[in-house]
Amino acid sequence: MTVATRMKRRDFLKTGAALSGGLLLNLYVPDWAPARAAQASSKPVALNAFVHISSDDWVTVISNHSEMGQGIYTSLPMLIAEELEADWSKIRVESSPVAAVYNHTVFGIMMTGGSTTTNSEYDRFRKMGAMARVMLIDAAAQGWGVDSGTCHAEKGYVLHAASKRRASFGSLAEAASKIEPPKDVVLKDPKDFTIIGKPKHRLDTPSKTNGAAQFGLDVYIPGLLTAVVARAPVFGGKVTSFNADKAKAVPGVVNVLEVPSGVAVIAKGFWPAKLGREKLDIIWEEGPGAQISTVAMREQFAALSKTPGAVAKKVGDPSGALAGAAKTITAEFEVPYLSHSMMEPLNTVVDLHEDHCEIWSGTQFQTGDRAAAARVAGLKPEQVDIHTTLLGGGFGRRANPASDFVTEAVQVAKVAKAPVKVVWTREDDIRGGWYRPMWYDHFEAGVDASGNPVAWKHTIVGQSIFDGTMFASFGIKDGIDSASVEGAADIIYTIPNIQVDLHSPKNEVPVQWWRSVGHSHTGFSVEAFFDEVAHAGGKDPYQLRRSLLAGQPRMLAVLDLVAEKAHWNGPLPAGHARGIATHFSFDSYVAQVAEVSVTKDGAVRVHRIVAAVDCGRTVNPDTVKAQLEGGIIFGLTAALKTEITLDKGRVQQRNFHDYPMVRMFESPEIEVYIVPSTEHPTGVGEPGVPPVAPAVANAIFAATGKRVRRLPIKPEDLRSA
Amino acid sequence: MISFTVNGKPVSVEDPPSTPLLWVIRDSLNLTGTKFGCGMALCGACTVHIDGQAVRSCVAPVSRAEGKKVTTIEGISPDLTHPLQQAWIEIDVPQCGYCQSGQIMSAAVLLAEKAAPTDEDIDEAMSGNICRCGTYPRIRRAIHRAAEIKAQKGAK
Repeated sequence: MTVATRMKRRDFLKTGAALSGGLLLNLYVPDWAPARAAQASSKPVALNAFVHISSDDWVTVISNHSEMGQGIYTSLPMLIAEELEADWSKIRVESSPVAAVYNHTVFGIMMTGGSTTTNSEYDRFRKMGAMARVMLIDAAAQGWGVDSGTCHAEKGYVLHAASKRRASFGSLAEAASKIEPPKDVVLKDPKDFTIIGKPKHRLDTPSKTNGAAQFGLDVYIPGLLTAVVARAPVFGGKVTSFNADKAKAVPGVVNVLEVPSGVAVIAKGFWPAKLGREKLDIIWEEGPGAQISTVAMREQFAALSKTPGAVAKKVGDPSGALAGAAKTITAEFEVPYLSHSMMEPLNTVVDLHEDHCEIWSGTQFQTGDRAAAARVAGLKPEQVDIHTTLLGGGFGRRANPASDFVTEAVQVAKVAKAPVKVVWTREDDIRGGWYRPMWYDHFEAGVDASGNPVAWKHTIVGQSIFDGTMFASFGIKDGIDSASVEGAADIIYTIPNIQVDLHSPKNEVPVQWWRSVGHSHTGFSVEAFFDEVAHAGGKDPYQLRRSLLAGQPRMLAVLDLVAEKAHWNGPLPAGHARGIATHFSFDSYVAQVAEVSVTKDGAVRVHRIVAAVDCGRTVNPDTVKAQLEGGIIFGLTAALKTEITLDKGRVQQRNFHDYPMVRMFESPEIEVYIVPSTEHPTGVGEPGVPPVAPAVANAIFAATGKRVRRLPIKPEDLRSA
Repeated sequence: MISFTVNGKPVSVEDPPSTPLLWVIRDSLNLTGTKFGCGMALCGACTVHIDGQAVRSCVAPVSRAEGKKVTTIEGISPDLTHPLQQAWIEIDVPQCGYCQSGQIMSAAVLLAEKAAPTDEDIDEAMSGNICRCGTYPRIRRAIHRAAEIKAQKGAK
């Protein structure tokens, strides 16, 4: 959809407040793009902050969460439409401005992340729909002089059955907006749902098939210039001096200016800006970041992993149990830094004025970005408007704790003294840091004489993500970053003696949450090592998992479902093998079975992934499946393809040739099964990622007898002798 | 001055001849459906047609379009009626949607050349297009479905 961005809209954001005129719709429609402004042809009236209705009967749902592919611009409207009794064919969605009323119900700021949108908005959005419905019914009843209790709403109309009268929501909106919002509303019994839980086509699909969908990079405003920034070749580096003569000679280059992050080349369009940047001569003060080498870092991490760390979890007497075990095994696992590599490279448009700043960005982190922009601009946060466009992928990168790409764009606009769009190239993105941390894990386990695990010791080494961010006090307790140990300290299997330790070494490489965060690493290491423990005890890996999930009925159900659907013990083509893994993350339960084969040269082919998920009640079931499918491909790229390495502080990858993604020909068949549930909805954007790598690694062992203990999986590790 | 047609409309641009067609389409002609993803013809987000052939516009100089017919995602149908668009909507292929213009433009050439593409045909034609959201299984289904829709339309 064309995201309608509204100007000067701070005045009418109070929940339930009537809209006092002057709403200006400002549609950024490219010259030749199909104009979809007709969908908002008349002035919408706010019944509350989330439900606006116009006289032509269109219901506009105001989304305070960013659409980055997870389907929230459809699921959130479904919650409202269900209780509003709206006509689904007349629902549209618009991104909200930044305001307290739009804050995340848990995090207390406006942001999208942690697979929390449906979970956190499930009650509020239904309530907003129900409140608006009550106001529309009251307005109709008053107009007809009848009791509200004798009226009801249905498919966009209020009806009075006794007199066979009806009025459309659009005709009632103005009057309804003047009615005091009800203090309390009764929500539907789920058995009466007609929308929630029933597959709905995504509202944004048509616009994503004809070029009309508007991402941040697609925003053009009058007088807009484009900037690219030459950033330091190593993390923490600073400009010492630069010569811009040759850059300024490139036709189209308007200016070359220093900014805190480097040197900005500002031009009439992207291409001259990029050509200009190539002509810059810059002398950098590199600083300690120039010493970073992932080879040395790996040695440091490996050594640390063999020493006691901060204790994140201790149950029983793991050392004693190890000493008394019939058999012990030990193994080390490692995963690299990873880039998010959203398909839309980072970008932000800034129009900065003396008393006001207008920003367009595909961001997941509006409140933080606004505060950062205000600091740079010397304005109050209320003087900064952020228009959230569609996001061409997010995966966490666009919720940057330092608001890096928005901060920099405002810094550029400040010196450029013109409206400017800062564009990152793919190379800028891959070399730009804020990676999923590199992690190293050391495990020791013991099994008893019957092969059951009796001791589990796990030491994790990796940078803290929360350290130094606004979330530090929330995420770090007693020296333990919860993101470093999630999925490990809360291991789902019942083992009598457990210890999980953590080391959090620091360095200059900026790290960040990356789709499934700590689970992206613990899902692999815990589930792959668990497979080794099962093998050491002579147990079937599926059956051993079953036997240790006695207190986890939901995970047990998911595990059994995936084993059944994947025919765990069924016949396979010659050379194929299966691996199984589970993982609990973002309050959802997922299990996957991978079917793989490995060539003599060590090339891994993943033929099929079967997944089962219990994410509570589903709002849009097909979106749940899509998110699992996408999470599986995302996890597969990490399992098979990608790593960020550094030498002398330089990132050694730069584009998709050396930071390769899974492509169509490598994409397995994927089947997703949803366990029906009446529990509160939980996450789906991330939980599909963690089980992929271990399921594949465990299948590789079943196929070859070789254990995979580092990602990405390398053919040279699997070659037949 | 370089002249060509875009989606049937004649245009003349003053960009230097070596400027990639992508940036002429986006920055000079303001057609934003064609996307920038990598700048090295590695991801396919910028795929357009020049005289019916799929071209990665991020590395194709605008001079290559001189006198030719360029089609972008905005030009494949005026009203979402291309069989690929119909199949994409029916199957809800896109997630973030950013790569989908390029996916559809690559698929359109495949479908023009092969009425009933096999999985191998799809692997071959579509492996130059990256989707970070992982919509490949749905793209595959949607191409098969579009072939059916096209055949049904042709049969009418």
